[in-house]
Amino acid sequence: MAFVEKKLPADAPIAAKALNWVDSRFPLTKLWNDQWGQYYAPKNFNFWYIFGSLAMLVLVLQIVTGIFLVMHYKPDANLAFASVETTIMRDVPWGWLVRYMHSTGASAFFIIIYLHMTRGLLYGSYRKPRELIWLFGVAIFLCLMGEAFFGYLLPWGQMSYWGAQVIVNLFGAIPFIGPDLSLWIRGDYVVSDATLNRFFSFHVIAIPLVLLGLVAAHLIALHEIGSSNPDGVEVKETLGPDGHPLDSIPSHPYYSVHDIFGVSVFLLVFSAVIFFAPEMGGYFLEANNFIPADSLKTPPHIAPVWYFTPYYSILRATTSQFVYALEVGVAAYAALIFFKTKLPSLLKMVAVGAAVVIIIAFNVFEAKFFGVVLMGVSVMILAGLPWLDQSPVKSIRYRPSWHKYVYIVFGIAFVTLGYLGIQPPNDLRTEIAQVCTFIYFGFFLLMPWWSAMGTFKPVPTRVTFHAH
Amino acid sequence: MNLLKKLIAVLALVPALALAEGYQLDHAPDQSKDLASLQRGAKLFVNYCLNCHAASSMRYNRLRDIGLNEDEVKTNLLFTTDKVGDLMTISMNPKDAKQWFGVTPPDLSVIARAKASEEGSGTDWLYTYLRAFYKDDSRPTGWNNMVFPNVGMPHVFWELQGTQKPVYVKSTEGEGKDAKEESKFDHFELIKPGKMSKQEYDVAVADLVSYLDWMSEPTRNLRQQLGVWVLLFLGVLVVLTWRLNASYWKDIK
Repeated sequence: MAFVEKKLPADAPIAAKALNWVDSRFPLTKLWNDQWGQYYAPKNFNFWYIFGSLAMLVLVLQIVTGIFLVMHYKPDANLAFASVETTIMRDVPWGWLVRYMHSTGASAFFIIIYLHMTRGLLYGSYRKPRELIWLFGVAIFLCLMGEAFFGYLLPWGQMSYWGAQVIVNLFGAIPFIGPDLSLWIRGDYVVSDATLNRFFSFHVIAIPLVLLGLVAAHLIALHEIGSSNPDGVEVKETLGPDGHPLDSIPSHPYYSVHDIFGVSVFLLVFSAVIFFAPEMGGYFLEANNFIPADSLKTPPHIAPVWYFTPYYSILRATTSQFVYALEVGVAAYAALIFFKTKLPSLLKMVAVGAAVVIIIAFNVFEAKFFGVVLMGVSVMILAGLPWLDQSPVKSIRYRPSWHKYVYIVFGIAFVTLGYLGIQPPNDLRTEIAQVCTFIYFGFFLLMPWWSAMGTFKPVPTRVTFHAH
Repeated sequence: MNLLKKLIAVLALVPALALAEGYQLDHAPDQSKDLASLQRGAKLFVNYCLNCHAASSMRYNRLRDIGLNEDEVKTNLLFTTDKVGDLMTISMNPKDAKQWFGVTPPDLSVIARAKASEEGSGTDWLYTYLRAFYKDDSRPTGWNNMVFPNVGMPHVFWELQGTQKPVYVKSTEGEGKDAKEESKFDHFELIKPGKMSKQEYDVAVADLVSYLDWMSEPTRNLRQQLGVWVLLFLGVLVVLTWRLNASYWKDIK
């Protein structure tokens, strides 16, 4: 087919002509309309739906501030600390502001992502047909954790150093390959210059590349399927005369102005932290990290940054005593699958076989290894949500009232784990963490049963919307 | 809901368990905006600390931020270098220092931020620490410290503060068979007065600590002043974007 360019009248504005020239060669207008301009979104979004665009904003902030930090940062064990505290914080004009934006941005990113995920949980956003959107999201979350972990080493303070040391040592608990694996990750017998250089590389190029790709996939999938909403109603099932869903509105201008409002509120809070509490009482910037890394001086209390502590708590809760409780849990779960599901008997046998193997493994390998496994599983289990949730309705609004308490108990267990992960361990705290670990995993693993129980309310065909 | 209540009850207990026993930190006075105090502190710092401790993130000419001009810095405070743009480094070899004190004296550039903990701010720690040295002949330096037990640093200000020793009181804990006699620190007793009275010494330490605090983040005052304007601007922006949003959405029924 011959190339045909759309003809515009000779007196058309120059901008229209330029756009036409581009559109004939690249789908610029089409991309804009598909992704935002003519993207029809349900009109009943509430407060919870702001965090997607805020996450996008913080991602851009982190990339831009990161670019400027890299101009002055030195990934060298002898120079790194001074390049932050002398060069960036004092010598570079406004370097302190860029650094605080980046360090506060890291914590803000996690706050936003946790709220974004809570939204998904409350309104069943991950349910069919949005499973892939959710899976891309989980992958983004994993990248974000990696990004935060690698980035935290770069200031080369005591917490940077010993946090990395502790986490990399965890890989040493993996049977057979563990010690070699952690040596390979560090590139040295302890965290050192070699480790700093590779973490820098991962932090500034490898993970951001993957992250951007995944964010693009997350958004393309979302804009193809269409957003869910607080009612869990599929708006595409009720189309208007113009072929667009009756309950939807074009994102531009409605959600554009909505998001601009959300962004300005966010920036107000974000700036309050940057200008008045950049350390946030030691949660965003830890006091110990103002001491240069010293491989000979282990701090008395090493805790990861707050956003990792729930998983870290699960790791620490897995003592050799707790393994017995886990064995009982695995056996009970296998029995539940065997007696209480309608799976084919072959699958049931596989489940029981797997449980036996796991229980044997519990007795063969050390508890620390299972702590590492549980920590990994506690994050990865999120990926299973679209299939674990068997509720006939998507949104919490039409679920039985007692489901709300299940979510509240889960939320409290998660926050408690986070709190305990910051504190130095003692017997009582470990016991509380163990109870919370059971609640955490019980919430997900028993979901196929509890999410289908109770009396569900009728879901309306149209969304509930009150005009502003 | 019973489980929930129990969980909350248990949670309420947790902070109480977090309280650790230690030497109670005094509250350092906030003199971060008092230029005279900061200048006195800078003088103390350069004279007493900057021989063993470096502040290698700090440039001498940054002292203009606390109201000193370059000539004043050059004539009064520049001992180890002749360029006001230089960093506050020291000529002591870290290896020698380690041999002499058992530990290399830490760099003090950001020490006030590093010493913050649940017990108090970094300045509280420094303010208490510098006033808690006492005579202890069992230590190689002859000095010990209540806040930092078995510290490597001798009491640099002994001429100013004088020599003090801790006074313990005996107390019995528990009852009957479990009764234990414990000696608890009560107060310091001045056994040899220094050049300064107790009040004068406290003021001097407060000056030094506020200087250390300022040095740990020289941009702090600017940051906070600027922050007020940023928040005012964003406050106005929030109102505008709120109304903008409302005016678009009033069409949506």
